[in-house]
Amino acid sequence: MKAEQISIFLENRAGRLEEVARLLAEADINIRALSLADTSDFGILRLIVSDHEKAKKTLKDGGFTVGRNAVVAVEVPDRPGGLHSILNMLSGQGINVEYMYAFVQQSSKAATIIFRFDRTDQAIEVLTKNGITIIPGQTLYSI
Amino acid sequence: MIFDDDMETLPREELEALQLRRLKTLTDRVYANVPFYRKAFDDAGVRPSDIQTLADLRYLPFTEKQDLRNHYPFGLFAVPKDNVVRLHASSGTTGKATVVGYTKRDVENWATLMARSLVAAGATKRDIIHVAYGYGLFTGGLGAHYGAERLGATTIPVSGGSTKRQVVLLRDFGATVICCTPSYSLFLYETALESGIDIKDLPLRIGVFGAEPWTEEMRRDIETKLGIKAIDIYGLSEIMGPGVGIECIEAQDGAHIQEDHFLLEIIDPVTKEALPPGETGELVITTLCKEALPMIRYRTRDITSLNYTPCRCGRTFARMHRVMGRSDDMLIIRGVNVFPSQIESILLETQGLTPHYQLLVKREGNLDTLEVQVEVDEKIFSDEIKNLQRLGVKIQKHIKEFLGVTATVKLVEPRSIQRSEGKAKRIIDMRSVS
Repeated sequence: MKAEQISIFLENRAGRLEEVARLLAEADINIRALSLADTSDFGILRLIVSDHEKAKKTLKDGGFTVGRNAVVAVEVPDRPGGLHSILNMLSGQGINVEYMYAFVQQSSKAATIIFRFDRTDQAIEVLTKNGITIIPGQTLYSI
Repeated sequence: MIFDDDMETLPREELEALQLRRLKTLTDRVYANVPFYRKAFDDAGVRPSDIQTLADLRYLPFTEKQDLRNHYPFGLFAVPKDNVVRLHASSGTTGKATVVGYTKRDVENWATLMARSLVAAGATKRDIIHVAYGYGLFTGGLGAHYGAERLGATTIPVSGGSTKRQVVLLRDFGATVICCTPSYSLFLYETALESGIDIKDLPLRIGVFGAEPWTEEMRRDIETKLGIKAIDIYGLSEIMGPGVGIECIEAQDGAHIQEDHFLLEIIDPVTKEALPPGETGELVITTLCKEALPMIRYRTRDITSLNYTPCRCGRTFARMHRVMGRSDDMLIIRGVNVFPSQIESILLETQGLTPHYQLLVKREGNLDTLEVQVEVDEKIFSDEIKNLQRLGVKIQKHIKEFLGVTATVKLVEPRSIQRSEGKAKRIIDMRSVS
């Protein structure tokens, strides 16, 4: 039920993000979802891509430091309160969200949120028990 | 075990009396026989007869590597050339080569000191000693070789190179002790594994490692991988070669310097004043017994401290802390002495790995600033901002605690720190240009 996300360390200077995008484009890798967290000195780019193995290798060869992390892609009803109900059941179990980012798919009634939890397995258990749809990694990479 | 019980366990009072006798003879001898020293003594207004106590050493002039170069090749020799039986020389990559000479007795003394060192490292005459230091002008190979023979061990003069063959010899001859550089031991280990040999399964039990700087972390790595005790040996060719000092296997906590032959001082590299026992500074050595090339107050440039507390091995010789840096690399930041190697140790302690780093020194207004740039590799990278920020703060805190300097820590992408000829350029000092 987990999905693979790659994360990339970026120095906060012009051209670094563009370099990542160029390397992925040349390797014919499609970006499904992304989020960029930044500080004054550096940033961390997180990506869900069509082929994370290949993306990781391409970026490493290009001189970037790349990490891989397990995240959970959750389908959230596209209506008021949709996110709240999910966060409510997680916080009830003391599960912390490290970060999250969302995207809306074309031709879908639901939004997809990528979650990075402090306790991933437990989070999946709670969500499944409550009937929440988790999008399997394979589906996510080929959306 | 102690090779030379009489000398190595001398009570300090007797040791100092012996040192003083030898120092007096030495000053007489160099003043009479070496024009360079006679002039240096005269310039400093000191005569050999002024030396009445060990504390009077401070009146004598220093000797530096440059003095050896200026008198290339034999200008500082204190004996007629007929009495010199051996010459060694440094490679001279940073200038003229420095040449060192040995009389017959110097070579014998050196062999004895090296035999003492091997015994301190845990070797006996029943051992088979694989000497993988280079043989030749470099003092490592022959120095270790003569010591191993003096001890009566079976000595294998392998020298450097042909690593695959070395692995085969290690296995077939069953060496129990190896003398080489610490990094070469790891290279041997990896080469052996490629040929399906695990050095851990061989009889090898002791490594005597020197001739390059290494860390405690590296020691643990070598000891685990090779299944041996890794012992630090200290020496420099200007003074003698390997065997000036050695760690004992009992404590593995600082190299006992052979004080019956070498008189030690720790000085502040800037003021050149002697520092009290235990303080960190530059090691200065006076050779008490060397005949061909005696050295008066030779500035080693090695930054260390001396520990005079009793050692569990029974030796009374002071123990020298692992070399912390070179005084030629020293930075002075807001009046505090900082060595790149100290920053490296802090990074090691903080994260347990050797990241690539660079020190950037600037002057903003009238204030020196130190920026430590650390490359983020996969081992320290995290997808969570807070983990990386925590790492930066931790490094900064440790630098403040251990060095007393406030530094900013900047995390940078891999390979953004310049490498020159395979070696990383560690310091960029921009104070002179601003």
